Amino acid sequence: MPSYLFKRILTMIPTLIVISILVFVIIQLPPGDYLESHIAELESQGESIDPQQIEFLRHEYGLDKPIWEQYLIWITGFVQGDLGYSFEYNLPVADVIGDKMWLTIIVSFFTILITWLIAFPIGMYSATHPYSWGDYGLTFLGFLGLATPNFLLALIMMYLANQYFGTSIGGLMDSEYIDQPWSWEKFKSVLAHLWIPVLVIGTSGTAGMIRRLRANLLDELRKPYVVTARAKGMGELKLLTKYPLRISLNFFIADIGSLLPSVISGAEVVAVVLSLPTTGPILLAALQSQDMYLAGSFLMFLAILTVFGVLVSDIALAMLDPRIRLQGGIKK
Amino acid sequence: MNKHWVSDKPFNPYATDELTAAQQKYFLASQWTLIWWKFKKHKVAMFCAFLLIAIYLIAAFAEFFAPYSLQHRHTQKIYSPPQEVHFFEDGKLTRPFVYGWSYTLNLEILLREYEEDKSQKYPLKFFCQGDDYQLWGALNASSHLVCVDSPGSLFLLGTDRLGHDMLSRIIYGARISLTIGLIGIILSFTLGLTLGGLAGFYGGWIDSSVQRLTEIIRSFPELPLWMALSALLPLSWSPMWIFFGITLILAMMDWTGLARAVRAKILTLREEDYTSAALLMGATPARVIKKHMLPSFFSHLIASASLSIPAMILGETALSFLGLGLRPPITSWGVLLNEAQNINNVAVYPWLMMPVVPVIIVILAFNFLGDGLRDAADPYTH
Repeated sequence: MPSYLFKRILTMIPTLIVISILVFVIIQLPPGDYLESHIAELESQGESIDPQQIEFLRHEYGLDKPIWEQYLIWITGFVQGDLGYSFEYNLPVADVIGDKMWLTIIVSFFTILITWLIAFPIGMYSATHPYSWGDYGLTFLGFLGLATPNFLLALIMMYLANQYFGTSIGGLMDSEYIDQPWSWEKFKSVLAHLWIPVLVIGTSGTAGMIRRLRANLLDELRKPYVVTARAKGMGELKLLTKYPLRISLNFFIADIGSLLPSVISGAEVVAVVLSLPTTGPILLAALQSQDMYLAGSFLMFLAILTVFGVLVSDIALAMLDPRIRLQGGIKK
Repeated sequence: MNKHWVSDKPFNPYATDELTAAQQKYFLASQWTLIWWKFKKHKVAMFCAFLLIAIYLIAAFAEFFAPYSLQHRHTQKIYSPPQEVHFFEDGKLTRPFVYGWSYTLNLEILLREYEEDKSQKYPLKFFCQGDDYQLWGALNASSHLVCVDSPGSLFLLGTDRLGHDMLSRIIYGARISLTIGLIGIILSFTLGLTLGGLAGFYGGWIDSSVQRLTEIIRSFPELPLWMALSALLPLSWSPMWIFFGITLILAMMDWTGLARAVRAKILTLREEDYTSAALLMGATPARVIKKHMLPSFFSHLIASASLSIPAMILGETALSFLGLGLRPPITSWGVLLNEAQNINNVAVYPWLMMPVVPVIIVILAFNFLGDGLRDAADPYTH
């Protein structure tokens, strides 16, 4: 196990390095830099700018250096916790991101939790009652959840809430807690607002999960050992929980890896629609205004979050299933 | 007085081995015929296939099916709610018609309030002459499926901010939204097949670099990456280039799943005897892959491709919705929904959300179709 863990973490490092290069290239690609567009904007408003100040800024942020040097400055700063400076907000990136990153993590965590809680019993029911009306109904619901893009679902929910309850369901906490330090009250307020984005973001993932659990469990239930156990008179519940369920649990864990990117993607758009104070709206604005350090740090954070999510799921899987951690040992 | 009846037909000792006509038909059928038979049994998938063909036909002949042309602005009928089509007049069934449609400005809430003018009646005409258009930019015509006479108007789904008919815009939008899925899938199919095939067949460093590449792309949250990439497209590009740019971005991120599937299949098929036989006889790798390996899993690939078309359509919709994808004057479903982004707008003009309906229908249909195809893809298992 330790050797597996070590190898797994080691392979993560080159992945992260390539991702960081990719992110940097992406945020650098548009012609010009933020200062240029900033100057143009100020000039169009008739304001004059001190060329010395511009020169100072350009030097300060290393915008006059060759591109690979800029990358090195950015990435070493990033590793040391200095995320650079947001031109748009005139604040260090760390201050802009602040608890928004935490809110994104909280939303993603609860979304995955809810996805499991909903998908598990439904998938089990569908697999144990295949081709029944309940199964068909749930399958259709699942497809509907899969087909409805979550930002549209957010829009529809907003409209319905507005139409029938007369309330706005946007935001992630009551307005008096915005910009307040974290407290128990604030946390409770966040929890109370959390369920709508969590449900909205979770639908498509839940639908996919139900379908995969159903397929996996169905395959497992058709295997000869299940028939044998049934022939020997084992009770249906024990028959289900003893092996088939445990085997199909594996992929539940493995799915965090594929679930997390889609949850984060969903969270970003839904956040824009529901105007949640998570990273979504800021990322969108940063990308549009070429606020490169802010956009870059965001993308990097989201990617790191995903890579770590996959790592956690791999480790959990290795602990659950000895076949996986032994695989590496036999080959080499 | 024999008690036993004996057939006087000649005795055929091989009768049990001979095939009935039905069996013979089944055993001699080609793989694709078998797939077709199995697919036909999947009623929902069949229905969805016809539905999609119909929708694509409507998109192809958008000019004919849309009641109005894309440029036609009804400046006197801005933000009109959907009009009702009437079938009964004084309790009697007549040909469908709409009443006259006019608004009064409510100065208190500053909204136009539309009302039916029962004194005017405009029957719906089918295959009638309406706005002029050029079909596919070449054929001059002015036939429309349905329209009403001039002072009357037919807004089945209402009008938007500029007085465009929503139904017409949705039909025109289908053309862009649906082709993005098709072009995108062709690109990602080619990429996935080539890279996955190379990785699986040659192994070694090609395999591991392709593997790493797919790993990295997959570990990115898709949408933020799409957002970042499409923010790169210069604003000065013409709408056509933006369209291709967006398609390319969607395809570049989508091929990984297919590449993995192809690689896994080819890895196992490479060990088959018939593969080594073909290679020993001097067949080139390209021929071996094309002639000997592909046929055994091509049907699976088509099934999985049909499942990733909806993801692309959704991708375009999401990007355009956020204002990062296609922009007006291009009309796509995402662009239409972009106008519904503001919740206050939607609360007052709920019909702006109508493009949600075709998006959901198309995605659902593709999913069911893909499900049916996947079941049919392997006709030899029961």
